[in-house]
Amino acid sequence: MVRALINCPKTAKKGEVIEIKTLISHVMETGYRPGADGKVVPRDILRRFTCRYAGQEVFSADLFPAVAANPFISFTTVATASGTLSFTWDGDNGFTQTETVAITVT
Amino acid sequence: MIRLVLPAALLATGFALAADIPANERRSGFDFMSSSTQQMQRDDTLNPAMLWVAEGEAQWSEAPAAAAKSCASCHGDAVGSMRGVAARYPAFDERRQKPVDLQQRINLCRETHQQQPALAAESRPLLGLAAYIGLQSRGLPVSPPQDARLQPARSRGAALFNTAMGQLNFSCAQCHNDNWGHRLAGSPIPQAHPTGYPIYRLEWQGMGSLQRRLRNCMTGVRAEPLPYGADELVELELYLNSRAAGMTVETPAVRP
Repeated sequence: MVRALINCPKTAKKGEVIEIKTLISHVMETGYRPGADGKVVPRDILRRFTCRYAGQEVFSADLFPAVAANPFISFTTVATASGTLSFTWDGDNGFTQTETVAITVT
Repeated sequence: MIRLVLPAALLATGFALAADIPANERRSGFDFMSSSTQQMQRDDTLNPAMLWVAEGEAQWSEAPAAAAKSCASCHGDAVGSMRGVAARYPAFDERRQKPVDLQQRINLCRETHQQQPALAAESRPLLGLAAYIGLQSRGLPVSPPQDARLQPARSRGAALFNTAMGQLNFSCAQCHNDNWGHRLAGSPIPQAHPTGYPIYRLEWQGMGSLQRRLRNCMTGVRAEPLPYGADELVELELYLNSRAAGMTVETPAVRP
């Protein structure tokens, strides 16, 4: 079960800087570690995180094997208009997950 | 108070009996952590254990099979019904006639009331439920039950705590009673109060139970770790909980 937690204000004033915090369940297996059988466990990491605000990309990050499991990503953006923020994580083995959050800007 | 029962072998080696930590000197493992790790635990939006809690919350109201009842259909809203429950465990189980810890209680409930197979030790769903139930006791004092039937098991747990084991021949007490606050290699030795389990441990990059932690310590002194669910581990949990009585439950805690 993959689950993501997103902490983002539900309402904001126009022009206000809002802080968004995200946390996702992921093993972030580096591809360098041997398993119990001595064989290297294949790499399984998230490679990219993207946040879109009303369809427009406002933040993105590349992730690498050195990033810890269950990555926490925090960033800020400017509240421009009411709409949806969508958060997408893409990774190895075709992994993709998108979460959306609505924000009301007054 | 609990009297420590020392095995004859330990007395023969001439170790002085480790003194219990006085109540006013007891400190949670939280106090031994770096400020950044403390911050991770304080802020739920930063604490990765909340991912397990979210899963546990979803499982709580979800029927595990079409014909089975969900946890919520008997226990209702966990926020009310499970308040203070985790702070009491391990507790005496009538059916088994022995103490069981919270995770064993969850599995007993699954087997008897939901007719489902027990969840595997350290499995994600079991840790999730334990973390979700544990969260309902956060901020409450650890309250081991005053049940006379638990006393023999608690004494056995105390004896195990004071028994030297493994190739390094260390008892729990030698580190956690006599040398807390000092360092073992680079890491501070805490007092071993189980106030935040299940915990998100950075070293594990995941969630783990108190039994996993106890087995870890046993491996550390190069002893054969007891299997998950062993009576001895539950007895040790029971003793540790009475040792931490009155301290604040932190579940789900973060540890380095």
